[in-house]
Amino acid sequence: MSKLTAAIVGPGNIGTDLLVKLLRSDLIDVHSMIGVVKESDGLTRARDMGIPASHEGVDWLLKQDTLPDLVFEATSAKAHLANAPKYKEAGITAIDLTPASIGPFVCPAVNLDQLVEAPNLNMITCGGQATIPMVHAVSSVVPVDYAEIVASIASKSAGPGTRANIDEFTETTSHAIEKVGGAQRGKAVIILNPVDPPMIMRDTVFCSIPADADKDAITASVHKRAAEVQEYVPGYTLRVEPQFDEPRDIWNGMARVAIFLEVRGNGDYLPPWAGNLDIMTAAAARTGEQLALKRGN
Amino acid sequence: MTAAAFNPSAESPAKIRVTDSTLRDGSHAMAHRFTEEQVRGVVHGLDSAGVEVIEVTHGDGLGGSSFNYGFSAVDDVKLVSAAVDEATSAKIAVLLLPGLGTVTDLRMARDAGASVARIATHCTEADVSLQHFQAARDMGMETVGFLMLAHRIGPDELARQARIMVDGGAQCVYVVDSAGALVLGDAQARVAALVKEVGAEAQVGFHGHQNLSLGIANSVLAAQQGALQIDGALCALGAGAGNSPTEVLVATFERLGIPTGVDVQGAMAAAEDVVKPFLTRLPFADRGAITQGYAGVYSSFLLHAERAAERYDVPAHEILQKVGEAGYVGGQEDMIIDVALQLAKEKEKAAG
Repeated sequence: MSKLTAAIVGPGNIGTDLLVKLLRSDLIDVHSMIGVVKESDGLTRARDMGIPASHEGVDWLLKQDTLPDLVFEATSAKAHLANAPKYKEAGITAIDLTPASIGPFVCPAVNLDQLVEAPNLNMITCGGQATIPMVHAVSSVVPVDYAEIVASIASKSAGPGTRANIDEFTETTSHAIEKVGGAQRGKAVIILNPVDPPMIMRDTVFCSIPADADKDAITASVHKRAAEVQEYVPGYTLRVEPQFDEPRDIWNGMARVAIFLEVRGNGDYLPPWAGNLDIMTAAAARTGEQLALKRGN
Repeated sequence: MTAAAFNPSAESPAKIRVTDSTLRDGSHAMAHRFTEEQVRGVVHGLDSAGVEVIEVTHGDGLGGSSFNYGFSAVDDVKLVSAAVDEATSAKIAVLLLPGLGTVTDLRMARDAGASVARIATHCTEADVSLQHFQAARDMGMETVGFLMLAHRIGPDELARQARIMVDGGAQCVYVVDSAGALVLGDAQARVAALVKEVGAEAQVGFHGHQNLSLGIANSVLAAQQGALQIDGALCALGAGAGNSPTEVLVATFERLGIPTGVDVQGAMAAAEDVVKPFLTRLPFADRGAITQGYAGVYSSFLLHAERAAERYDVPAHEILQKVGEAGYVGGQEDMIIDVALQLAKEKEKAAG
């Protein structure tokens, strides 16, 4: 079996959680962990796990005799915008966990097969990774004129970057619901809840569906897709069966399906309630592994 | 005895600016079905009575029209335009909840003539509002911060959140009793803490609900602690058991000798002749609404709980009680269905 090598840039909580996941992988060998702060906790953790680590940034990485096949960017949109051209020039594929959106949106359970050769792949948002598989599960059975998602996350799991630019979440996720999920029009809402102990990530997906939609076919498609996501996010579960509402005038005569999800994190480095962060690192790791499988031969 | 003699504290009390939210918080009670004609009528009545600020938006703010919160009959921007057209001196305000509405929505409202941006966050999450305050100030709008479900944290912690909003560009920060759960001294202490923390640079406001019938009393205490902006709604039209009725607020303040600039007869006429005839539901402290005040539940959840109760055949007040225990915050309307489904499941199990 052929493996790919990968560096992680950004040794924060996300980068460390990703490292734990990649160390378990049979398809990825971790090349190095890259940061910019000397002796940072994240770099120390990586070294303790036996991984070469440097605080000298991407320039250090690109000077190495052997370059990785992949780089996982777990820094910020600004840093990725600066780093992306360097990766490209060096022939390294970037899997981008920031909101930079340089490359196409990727959701492993939906559209990864079409993006195997892309030099840069964007992981959308946590809410996008959780909900787009469900929107797509519905839109592959019936036309979805409008899909709306509500992501509720624990306040503690929302970092300063998310908080300073929360519009980026709603706008990027809405866009990806259309582009990847297959809805004509998308809308996304994010709610931060400070309750203690912290709440596990919850996502609700509403899709408008035709009045005569085949409910059994939609339900079957939702279950099938949820099982596919569970392959890489074990804590991804449907809380209840999809809920169907009859057509209403205020919905332009359309009916509605509502899908209730819980995303419990794997507890690799981040705690289980941070399912929003876990699904990002799990989706990124899955993307890397799939590239290894598909490019390997 | 003069009216001013009723006021135990101030010698010459500061003027209170009343913001009327009939056309925003009242949107919840109307299931977001306001028509342009209703908006014009209410704005005309309030503006004629001398109300200085009128809020017009979907109950959940700009971008609120959705499956989760209810679709608007008429687009917010269209209603804002109509309100701006109808008002002769009142400013038109809009509400925005970061995470739901965006700066793009705010810009559209500003272009339609809205001049006051009210940015609302859960009381512990003030830092998600900074990009919106910045954008509002850059657009030349007046800014107001809304710290919702203010009963969930203590006065000092609330004041620290108000500080974040003021440093980010808020010109006023409200103690927002979204659950109608603050009981007298609770409201008083929170307003006092905010005045102490930000009073030198910004105003402090109070937004009350009637779930425990304390909207007016809490507003009076707030004013006595130095709040300078107070919210009301005609006929109390708002979420839960409604808001502090604007017509009662201005009458009470006049009796206390606290100037509001609003004509009491004009406000009463607007409530009686304009709003009351179109009400589909008179705000009332029924079992569901009292449970909200008692258990500290976001008032806007009431109609959603009633709908889920009907759909899944479980009592609305039990749903609301559970929602309170879970600590759900504004915007988590989807969790009401989730709770109703759990209750239905438990009921089924109990039945055998």
